[in-house]
Amino acid sequence: MKELLIGNAALARGLYEAGCAVISSYPGTPSTEITEEFAKFSDAYCEWAPNEKVAMETAFGASLRGKRSVCCMKHVGLNVAADPLFTMSYTGVNAGMVICVADDPGMHSSQNEQDSRHYAVAAKVPMLEPADSQEALDFAKIAFELSEQFDTPVFIKMCTRVAHSQSIVEKGERIEVTREYVKNPQKYIMAPANAIKRHPLVEERTQKLTAYAETSPLNRIEEGNGSYDFGIITSSTSYQYVKEVFGDSVSVLKLGMVNPLPVQLIKDFAAKVGTVYVIEELDPIIETHCKINGVKVIGKEKFSLLGEFSQKTIAQAFDLPAKESVGTDTAVPVRPPMMCAGCPHRGMYYVLAKNKITVLGDIGCYTLGSMPPLNALDMTLCMGASVSGLHGYNKAGGTDTENKTVCVIGDSTFMHSGVTGLINIAYNQSNSTVIILDNSITGMTGHQQNPTTGYNIKGDPAGKVNLEALCYSIGINSVRVVDPYNLEECEKVLKEELAKNEPSVIISRRPCVLLKYVKPKKPLSVNPDKCRGCKRCMKFGCPAISFREGHAVVDNTLCIGCGVCAGLCPFDAFEKEGE
Amino acid sequence: MASKNIMIVGVGGQGSLLASKLLGRLLVDEGYDVKVSEVHGMSQRGGSVVTYVKFGDKVYSPVIEEGEADFIVSFEKLEAARYIRNLKKDGTVIVNTQQIDPMPVIIGSTAYPAGILDEITAKGVQVDAIDALSLASEAGSAKACNIVLMGRLAKYFDIPYEKWESAIEKIVKPAFIEINKKAFALGYNN
Repeated sequence: MKELLIGNAALARGLYEAGCAVISSYPGTPSTEITEEFAKFSDAYCEWAPNEKVAMETAFGASLRGKRSVCCMKHVGLNVAADPLFTMSYTGVNAGMVICVADDPGMHSSQNEQDSRHYAVAAKVPMLEPADSQEALDFAKIAFELSEQFDTPVFIKMCTRVAHSQSIVEKGERIEVTREYVKNPQKYIMAPANAIKRHPLVEERTQKLTAYAETSPLNRIEEGNGSYDFGIITSSTSYQYVKEVFGDSVSVLKLGMVNPLPVQLIKDFAAKVGTVYVIEELDPIIETHCKINGVKVIGKEKFSLLGEFSQKTIAQAFDLPAKESVGTDTAVPVRPPMMCAGCPHRGMYYVLAKNKITVLGDIGCYTLGSMPPLNALDMTLCMGASVSGLHGYNKAGGTDTENKTVCVIGDSTFMHSGVTGLINIAYNQSNSTVIILDNSITGMTGHQQNPTTGYNIKGDPAGKVNLEALCYSIGINSVRVVDPYNLEECEKVLKEELAKNEPSVIISRRPCVLLKYVKPKKPLSVNPDKCRGCKRCMKFGCPAISFREGHAVVDNTLCIGCGVCAGLCPFDAFEKEGE
Repeated sequence: MASKNIMIVGVGGQGSLLASKLLGRLLVDEGYDVKVSEVHGMSQRGGSVVTYVKFGDKVYSPVIEEGEADFIVSFEKLEAARYIRNLKKDGTVIVNTQQIDPMPVIIGSTAYPAGILDEITAKGVQVDAIDALSLASEAGSAKACNIVLMGRLAKYFDIPYEKWESAIEKIVKPAFIEINKKAFALGYNN
């Protein structure tokens, strides 16, 4: 049956049909749905791991045992998993293993724009790159076959547009694959004496994979009708933009395998078409390969290193006429993302901003605390960096910073890589105050369970990390729990913990308001006779409160009745409906 | 046929994903090649969101660029203005007259532009404005704005009404089918 699926769902389907038996991932936009969709299949094991390194090693263990396995992550997650990756290239696999990594050119939901293809080149691991949902499904199956044929993990690289665009796919049937585990220390124990013998095999493998790339159907030439005297080498979503602009009028070498790249195929294509353009988002991986192999191409001098492309980018580069359009003369105010009405993070941020605290931040919904009017954050780097960064900041700042600096980190991010930083604070004793914003879910990526929630990916009861007990056990002696809707309590505890001369943790605990079990209360309204237009409530930055005609108004479609604003108003102007 | 392009724009949380799901289901059932491109993740948190729906004999690029949209369906007034450049010269804007203040307006650093729809209309753009929030409430849920607007969009298509209804039945949870059908009818008939 023909079905419209996002690339990630199609990829999940392909992995399933290929017999993937174990999948372990950490959520991250734009990769999350691969694992979420896979979790819907009942006859394969699926889990959220605490971080990408754990996920990749779990998948490796499953492959070693003889089952086809997968781990999925976003581009920055691959940094976390880079350690096992580089040595798995040496060990190879037993049953097939696939690593799905999703890049985010344009940074729709990421802190950088790194190009994951560099990892494939550096780790000498093959990488396939689908251009639509059907290819995502098909490439999953090919990736497992290559993994077993060439004894290597195989990457499937997605990007935001392929991951989150729906196109039509045809589904197939699932196969089962099992390989026997045979003890083989020379292959699987990567101590120097063994590893030194594996390295030449890796180089040989790359030679063999290059030979495969020359004739593989993954890389194909689409002959143009001769309207243009040039050809284009491209891959992934850029291929779609090229076809949108040129249709069948130009010859295209469409690469489905981006590492290792073919040599002769590219030389033959270039000889046939004359001038060659390379069109690839982000870094010049294909372009550099062409140039190293003596093929003259035009690439990044014409196409940006930055952001996403589109048909417009390509039309402009070839000086094709722009489409007619209409603009407005009035400037349209920006509409940035923000924390939801009733978000528990807002209360803690309000207290931090009010007390002019320096706040080292982390990755999640709560990064939005950096936006006006709260402007509550000073730094955001990567998963876990708030905690370790705070330790260094206070070691450098000493008494100048210790009593007016905190870090904030979500429950899921704390599990991912915050706990190691906290161990460092306890071990090397910095006078630091760590705030864990525990909203009982992984929020930003769309509500995934994590080790602190007590549920697994299927929503079934699971092991549950007790944050307070964890903090005590690693040597933090002062651990406080506050309700971020209670601003007075938050402020009191914050001041007390900052004043202490020892490491401390404040757990700011209230579940995300978007969770199904959190029932919204009746929305509030503003009594216009009481409101004096002082705008104190506007400093809270709740999207449900606006200022119209001299006083505050509440949007009852957004308000969830948390009532925190009512406590801020000196004139008791916020009222519950019907009271 | 050349591909037809529909942009669905609005504010994160307004239900644009369900609207694009409805269109996707309908257009696949009609036998078209279809691509739908969505935004997930950070932009969904109350930010400006955009979904592209393209259909035809063969669709390549999943995105809609400047001057390419046959229709812009906007769930909020300001968002219609934000993406107006994407409209084809003879395209149509279907817009919910609801106003949702963005954060710069909430904190008073800028004003919500008055008369923004009049300005667009004055430029010769065909603007079909509709109070979808009231109609959705009439149907039984303020959240059904998305389907009210799909009902209005349906008027511009030659696809039979029953096909739209059957697509609603396929994508909406059973408990909400009646409300959504009512919302669709109110958008279609008002």
